[in-house]
Amino acid sequence: MGDHHHGPAKGLSRWLFTTNHKDIGTMYLWFSFAMFILGGSFAMIIRAELFQPGMQLVDPLFFNQMTTLHGLVMVFGAIMPSFVGLANWMIPMMIGAPDMALPRMNNWSFWILPPAFLLLASTLFMEGGAPAFGWTFYAPLSTTYAAPSVTIFIFCIHVLGISSIMGSINIIATVMNMRAPGMTYMKMPLFVWTWLITAFLLVAVMPVLAGAVTMMLMDIHFGTSFFSAAGGGDPVLFQHVFWFFGHPEVYIIILPAFGVVSQIIPAFARKPLFGYDSMVYATASIAFLSFIVWAHHMYTVGMPVAGELFFMYATMLIAVPTGVKVFNWISTMWRGALTFETPMLFCLGFLVLFTIGGFTGLMLSIAPADFQYHDSYFVVAHFHYVMVAGAVFSMTAAVYYWLPKWCGKMYSETMGKTHFWISFIGFNLTFFPQHFVGLAGMPRRIPDYALQFADFNMMSSIGAFIYGSSQILFLYNVIATIVSGKPVSDDKVWDGAEGLEWTVPTPAPYHTFETPPKVDASHAHS
Amino acid sequence: MTTETSTEYEKYYVPEKSKLAVCATIGLILSIFGASYGLNEMTFGDGSGSWGILWVGLAIFAGTLFVWFRTTIRENIAGMNSAQLKKSYVLGMFWFIFSEVMFFFAFFGALFYVRNLAGPWLAGEGDGGRMNGLLWEGFQYSWPMASTPQESIGGAGNQLIANNGTFESYDKSMAFGDASAWYAWLPLWNTLILLSSSVTVHIAHLGLLDGNKKKFNLWLGLTVLLGIIFVFVQAYEYYEAYEHFGLTLNSGIYGSTFFMLTGFHGFHVMMGMTMLLIQWIRSVKFGHFTADDHFGFEASSWYWHFVDVVWVFLFLFVYIL
Amino acid sequence: MFLKAKRLTALALGPVLMLLGLYSASTAAADAKVNEINMPPGVTNVGQSIFDLHMTIFWICVIIGVLVFGVMFYSIYYHRKSRGVTPATFHESTKVEIAWTVVPFFILIAMAVPATSTLLEIYDFEDAEMDVLITGYQWKWKYEYINEDGENVAFFSNLRTPQSEIYNTADKGEHYLLEVDEPLVIPVDTKVRFLVTANDVIHAWWVPELAVKKDAIPGFINETWTQATEEGVYRGQCAELCGKDHGFMPVVVNVVSKQEYAEWMAAKQAEAAEIKQLMAQTFSMDELMERGKGVYDRSCAACHGANGEGGLGKAIADSPIATGDMAGHLEVGINGVPGTAMQAFGGQLNDVDMAAVITYQRNAFGNNMGDMVQPIDVFNHKKG
Ligand code: HEA
Ligand code: HEA
Ligand code: HEC
Ligand code: CUA
Ligand SMILES: [Cu+2]
Repeated sequence: MGDHHHGPAKGLSRWLFTTNHKDIGTMYLWFSFAMFILGGSFAMIIRAELFQPGMQLVDPLFFNQMTTLHGLVMVFGAIMPSFVGLANWMIPMMIGAPDMALPRMNNWSFWILPPAFLLLASTLFMEGGAPAFGWTFYAPLSTTYAAPSVTIFIFCIHVLGISSIMGSINIIATVMNMRAPGMTYMKMPLFVWTWLITAFLLVAVMPVLAGAVTMMLMDIHFGTSFFSAAGGGDPVLFQHVFWFFGHPEVYIIILPAFGVVSQIIPAFARKPLFGYDSMVYATASIAFLSFIVWAHHMYTVGMPVAGELFFMYATMLIAVPTGVKVFNWISTMWRGALTFETPMLFCLGFLVLFTIGGFTGLMLSIAPADFQYHDSYFVVAHFHYVMVAGAVFSMTAAVYYWLPKWCGKMYSETMGKTHFWISFIGFNLTFFPQHFVGLAGMPRRIPDYALQFADFNMMSSIGAFIYGSSQILFLYNVIATIVSGKPVSDDKVWDGAEGLEWTVPTPAPYHTFETPPKVDASHAHS
Repeated sequence: MTTETSTEYEKYYVPEKSKLAVCATIGLILSIFGASYGLNEMTFGDGSGSWGILWVGLAIFAGTLFVWFRTTIRENIAGMNSAQLKKSYVLGMFWFIFSEVMFFFAFFGALFYVRNLAGPWLAGEGDGGRMNGLLWEGFQYSWPMASTPQESIGGAGNQLIANNGTFESYDKSMAFGDASAWYAWLPLWNTLILLSSSVTVHIAHLGLLDGNKKKFNLWLGLTVLLGIIFVFVQAYEYYEAYEHFGLTLNSGIYGSTFFMLTGFHGFHVMMGMTMLLIQWIRSVKFGHFTADDHFGFEASSWYWHFVDVVWVFLFLFVYIL
Repeated sequence: MFLKAKRLTALALGPVLMLLGLYSASTAAADAKVNEINMPPGVTNVGQSIFDLHMTIFWICVIIGVLVFGVMFYSIYYHRKSRGVTPATFHESTKVEIAWTVVPFFILIAMAVPATSTLLEIYDFEDAEMDVLITGYQWKWKYEYINEDGENVAFFSNLRTPQSEIYNTADKGEHYLLEVDEPLVIPVDTKVRFLVTANDVIHAWWVPELAVKKDAIPGFINETWTQATEEGVYRGQCAELCGKDHGFMPVVVNVVSKQEYAEWMAAKQAEAAEIKQLMAQTFSMDELMERGKGVYDRSCAACHGANGEGGLGKAIADSPIATGDMAGHLEVGINGVPGTAMQAFGGQLNDVDMAAVITYQRNAFGNNMGDMVQPIDVFNHKKG
């Protein structure tokens, strides 16, 4: 079929009807950035209101809507789709496949996301307002006491779940079935490994979330009593079901980030990844453990003490495999020949800040201490360290690292480094003081606070605006690169980079690996 | 239009642009839009909800799925699918079923939790509920839950937890009651029906593997028939529950879990049945399927076995234990 | 303004502290509350154990952090390409990999031991000398002293900070948002058991200095306890998102001497007896309106608006209920509207307050119904 080697179609239909993994990856990436801006704007409203004690800008109910939508949009709209986009772009190129295993379904998994989020955002204009019960939507606040918009919220969650499940099935099928000859499992780049395991987590827990919201739907509209003690149910049941999803979810967010870092550090250390095998086993152990620790979010609900102990011990154990990963990354750097281009800077930022976030996670896992930490800003600080400095930093690193391969042009290194330093400082200014106010007793999800927390909150808000503004630089840098960046001459781009994706021409052609590449030792881990 | 590849490598079929995904999206989003506004109108009485949008959405969705599967089938018949692509479909189906298993897992988990933990706690038993007697004085826990906590303290008018609805327990539960009249206990018959349908679908498969299409059509048709009977018996059971047993969705947690589990199972039976029916029509009407190429049928039969296994658990934990 | 100079210093100092990552157990300043950066050890033994545990884990993490980051920065400095190094090629070592799997494991065990014992201590509910039933409502707390002999004493505890301070039209007081109209009072050196539950959604009762945080789950009663060793006023907040005014339901606990407590309790019991008397009385329109305004502002205005214009709840001004049949109005006030945020206030307000607020709603905001509700009407309505 002669017309085959054409490039992409022109116009809107290219994006609407595409089956190409790179197109779909690109759409995911742009969509997630749009959601990042949306979720970030909500965060800016939160931080602006918290700039000073007293109610200045929004009313309390609207504040709760902002908190809720910020969490939901960031987690489900920004972070998860961004890594799915990265997976779409990179996995076929990394394992030597012509495309994703199920290309039409791939397009569908993407296209249901934007309207679902549009619908969710539209609830802001509904009577009674958008969901205002936190991204964890605990019953009965989210059932009997919720505004009508909760119904739309429930169906949107269903759709996001469908999207994630289909995306994951696609990734699993691609990795298990589409590897080029010679690309054995233990030769796959770590990014592929972490995504395979993440996809497994997603297929396992998204349906459970769907179950949770379905029970809510029944309680709201059909008179069941899953979460109502009066009928023999239990509001805490909701939390168990939610966190059975929710805890693995946070590793869904971070495992692909681990994968990215494991690709980038070796490239700039010019030295192979240390402990490849143990990295794989550690990732698998984290995934396994993530299924048996969920109730560490519920230490204060009044579980019997045996339960508390079990969940505390299990949670603490996660520090071991995660430590293995951190130690391996540092050993990879050890006696390498390091350079510090922007992707590497973001990875180092990740390494330091994620580890700090991990430490606070470990502190939270100690049940008796968590009685004091729980639902305070200490928790907010913890999870932004792991999610912003963890997931967002590594995603940013990934964009800088692969952007030249994607569009064949080089970004501005100066601007990139500036972006990093402003982000790094702004981030810490925002979230480090939150440890302090949290320990000193400031609860989370409040629109107004007592006077003794004023200074650190002001600092935090200033930091947030700095961090937020630095994203403009990022956006500008990316667009400027695509439009008018300096063309890259070398297919490899980075002299220390390894892997099949660097063997194809730069920019990566619309179709890669129509015939499977030969996998030799130099293109994969040994 | 397939992807060209070198000769020694079997080509992997990467479809060209397709409108299917976008159409399916429109159908899905219209459906949830219509359902949300419809439900809100039903419950809150506000908004101008229209169930019509739901039906339009579902129609578009169903239509798209029809075209989608037809396209896939035609591609297969045209020989575009490599062995590798077929393996992708196999993996896709397998992990899809796995995700369905996890969906039911959530409901079984909920059932386990309320039966073994929350229920006794409400009655003041066990570590989690030592003091609950203060709230639900006189509530005795049993499963099936003979009276809801709310009833035990005299109804919804009580100051505590007044706003969470009214839950009145059933007159008669679905559990196995009268051993001497076991033959009149419908769930038992339904179990037998569903179990045998798993056998018949297997026999059909064996027939197909032998290249015996007659046998295949016969036994597959029988399977679909058994599925239909199952759904009717289940519907009759619901009718009895509502009309004669006073067992409804409002009957506290027993009614909630009962209808949720059996309801979603029933829904999955209908899906599986539709899938098998389509395969049957394909075989009878269009002569599809050969001994070594019949994934459409195989996937449907896996789904059917899955639905069957779920029922076995359901029968155990919802009806018997 | 409140301690402005000190706050500015702290603002400047903050980043420095942050960079060092320094946590100190207490700041030297006289008013140690402002810009506190660590958990308060509080005034209970359990609080002290938790604090010690917290500091232990914290320092372990700091040490690990210093080691890990130390190695990392050493490598960043000495193994940089610009120093002309050639990269090594090693990429595994079973020995060190086993070491850094096993060593953290033992560190964790070392943490788990004190954590377990502290947890068991917290879970020891036995031998409490008195019980208080705490019920979370949207958005206030109800305290009920369960007296084995004699009447139970019960009251609600509402935020006292005026709207003017919240909306910045008046200067904020020292205990902005952390003050209530009626605090919980408990005796010092006494093991007090709290039975925590909720009436509507989940709340959480948290007082950092008493080292207590427990979720209040509607329909379930959770147990927790405290034994304060020092008299004083301890402040906390609701710690579980519970709707619009989650940020405005503080907890204030007054720990007093046993003697003072006994006196207070006696006074409370007398007051309860008085209310009982009031219930039998008939009030004039003015009395009802005055009392009713107080109740309305405290209990209803949050949803129905200060001028009855509505908000989360429907408007009272011109409302068909408030200008309609009296029984219907009483029904809504007493039993609420099931399935909505309109709770059953019958159990929250005594009959006098209920009568007053219904009267008020019927005669304020332009609803000039001219009729009155007496406590006995409320009582009769409740009887059915
Ligand atoms: C990317 C997301 C992410 C990640 C990776 C983590 C990682 C961890 N989290 Fe976190 N967490 C969240 C996202 C995440 N979390 C979110 C979103 C919430 C709040 C949800 C909400 O309520 O809204 C939360 C809340 C949360 C809580 C509940 C707090 C509360 O509400 O009271 C707890 C409690 O145990 C916890 C624990 C942990 C632990 C033990 C880890 C571990 O995985 C960390 C392991 C890492 C290390 C320990 C550092 C590196 C290790 C070494 C250098 C080895 C040596 C170290 C030692 C031996 C100490 N997290
Ligand atoms: C991965 C997820 C993720 C990410 C990336 C972020 C990013 C940020 N988050 Fe958020 N956050 C959550 C997940 C995340 N958060 C979750 C799950 C919760 C809990 C919700 C709940 O309680 O239910 C939460 C809660 C939460 C709170 C607590 C709210 C409360 O308890 O009431 C706060 C408060 O400071 C906060 C702040 C921020 C800030 C300042 C950022 C910044 O990093 C955002 C920076 C980004 C931008 C600003 C947008 C892009 C830039 C521009 C558009 C340029 C223009 C901007 C300017 C000129 C300023 N977040
Ligand atoms: C938590 C919020 C909240 C509080 C506090 C509250 N209400 Fe309401 N109220 C509502 C809501 C919501 C409705 C609307 C119910 C419905 O949908 O019918 C309502 C409706 C009413 C109505 C009926 C109005 C009408 O026209 O239908 C009356 C009367 C009323 N409330 C009285 C009171 C009184 C008296 C108090 C205080 C003692 C009070 N409310 C406190 C939320 C509240
Ligand atoms: Cu009550 Cu938050
Ligand atoms: Cu967790």
